[in-house]
Amino acid sequence: MSLSDQELKHLARLARIHVEENELNALKDQLGRVFKLIDALQAVDTKGIEPLSHSLSLSQPLREDKVTEIDSRESYQAIAPQVEKGLYIVPKVIE
Amino acid sequence: MDISSLSVKKIKQLIDSKALSAFELAGLYLQRIEKLNPELNAFITVDADKTLAQAKQLDQAIWQGESRPLMGVPLAHKDIFCAKGWLTTCGSKMLANFVAPYDAHVVEAFNRSGTITLGKTNMDEFAMGSSNETSYFGAVKNPWNLGKVPGGSSGGSAAAVAARLAPLATATDTGGSIRQPAALCGVSGLKPTYGNVSRYGMIAYASSLDQGGLMAVSAEDIAYGMNSLVGHDERDSTSVKRAEEDFTSQLNNPLKGLRIGLPEEFFKEGVDTDVAQAVEQAIQELEKLGAVRVPLKLPNTSLSVPVYYVLAPAEASSNLSRFDGVRYGHRTKDYRNLIELYEKTRAEGFGAEVKRRILTGTYVLSRGYYDAYYLQAQRVRRLILQDYLNAFEHCDVILGPSTPSVAFGFNEKTSDPVSMYLSDIFTISVNLAGLPGLSIPVGFGREHLPVGLQLIGPHFAEAKLLNVAHQYQLVSDWHQQLPAGIAQV
Repeated sequence: MSLSDQELKHLARLARIHVEENELNALKDQLGRVFKLIDALQAVDTKGIEPLSHSLSLSQPLREDKVTEIDSRESYQAIAPQVEKGLYIVPKVIE
Repeated sequence: MDISSLSVKKIKQLIDSKALSAFELAGLYLQRIEKLNPELNAFITVDADKTLAQAKQLDQAIWQGESRPLMGVPLAHKDIFCAKGWLTTCGSKMLANFVAPYDAHVVEAFNRSGTITLGKTNMDEFAMGSSNETSYFGAVKNPWNLGKVPGGSSGGSAAAVAARLAPLATATDTGGSIRQPAALCGVSGLKPTYGNVSRYGMIAYASSLDQGGLMAVSAEDIAYGMNSLVGHDERDSTSVKRAEEDFTSQLNNPLKGLRIGLPEEFFKEGVDTDVAQAVEQAIQELEKLGAVRVPLKLPNTSLSVPVYYVLAPAEASSNLSRFDGVRYGHRTKDYRNLIELYEKTRAEGFGAEVKRRILTGTYVLSRGYYDAYYLQAQRVRRLILQDYLNAFEHCDVILGPSTPSVAFGFNEKTSDPVSMYLSDIFTISVNLAGLPGLSIPVGFGREHLPVGLQLIGPHFAEAKLLNVAHQYQLVSDWHQQLPAGIAQV
């Protein structure tokens, strides 16, 4: 299937990636090829087959609920684009 | 001293016998990198001061009588692994300024074993690519022919080992990113069983498929490296708990009676004749060593690429949502609100292939498509795993070409993403099934470009794969050959 301009813009908004008007056509063409590739799956009979999310049947390990990490806030925030008083700064979200 | 013929094993002997100091050895490798890297572009970051300081420290420990399994062995890390104090870019503009605040498990484990970090190797952006052409830092060139791609995504590690800029390199493999570049650059490369190597500190692409591994000249050298790499790590919830294993212990087992499974689907049309011929000759060599052929079928092989291009982008679209310009990495300059900050940051920071995969993943996970694409792909994934489990009831290892063709040219496959995706046709199903896979050089095809053979084993059969490869490498010298332009350096 191929996407309309409107659908592609919606997809880009969901993915939080800005797409310029002049990029739309090339992107539609390339994504169309990918969608055609994955459409091959539709023809496969998978009735009764359980989805496989992980190749080994592992159970999630549990551990005691105690603090094991040291506080690394300073070194983590040293590489942030904008920090003030230990807080990450973003544009105002609530007016 | 000519370092181009040094193996990990030989380096261990030289350092242990104090014939050479770690500092001297690191210096020799740094010189070689300085000479060859400007052309090859295999490394994104080299920091001689840091490398030599680490070597000096190790020398002190050696003088004090300390011994560790890989003492003084120089090593290159793929730039997907966080290494404390090192620029860690993942081949992206998004992380072009990211200095990792901590070590990945893989980096920590090797540091503990006494290796010396030579630098961080180039790669396709966020490991999405099969030619290294998606790297923000420019493509790596194939040491065998500078007009050809090295493969990807671990193209920098493969080219570094091929040009003998490092005797051992870390790499990662989500759909073939170790085995395909190893094949195209004529080196040995192992993708371990999913869960055998902790993913902690390895920048995530598709978490149910990503696995760290190694490249070296020989399978024997990889076996030494694996002893440091494998082990349970509670910081990765998919890291398996198993008894400690010595990956060198089976290397010398004879191959008499080894059952080699040859899937019909790996030898059909689509494989170039030069590749098919080299692989056939290698099978005959293995037969001389006592192996026997077992014809078999993996009927769902052709579905592995479509399954992968649903599941991997889906996981990537989720994993890469962390790159938002808030906590680290690139942030756009001008923005009026939070949404614009996100959208412009990601539009500027990600390259075209990464955007395509995030958009594909967003699409297959969106309402109305989830069942048709995502769940359907997971069901077919089970069929692919079942094919392999059935096959291993009749054989010990499965063998085929690593790639359908030898290294291709730059820009040859960039205009159609799907043609690029199909170059991983023989490697992708192995990730979907979580199996170990090893690529080794078995000769040359057109334009004297290397051909790779892939060995696939049951879960946790790495030692068996290394055994088969080592026995083959004892009676062949393809892996020891040097690219012509490199040999004179």
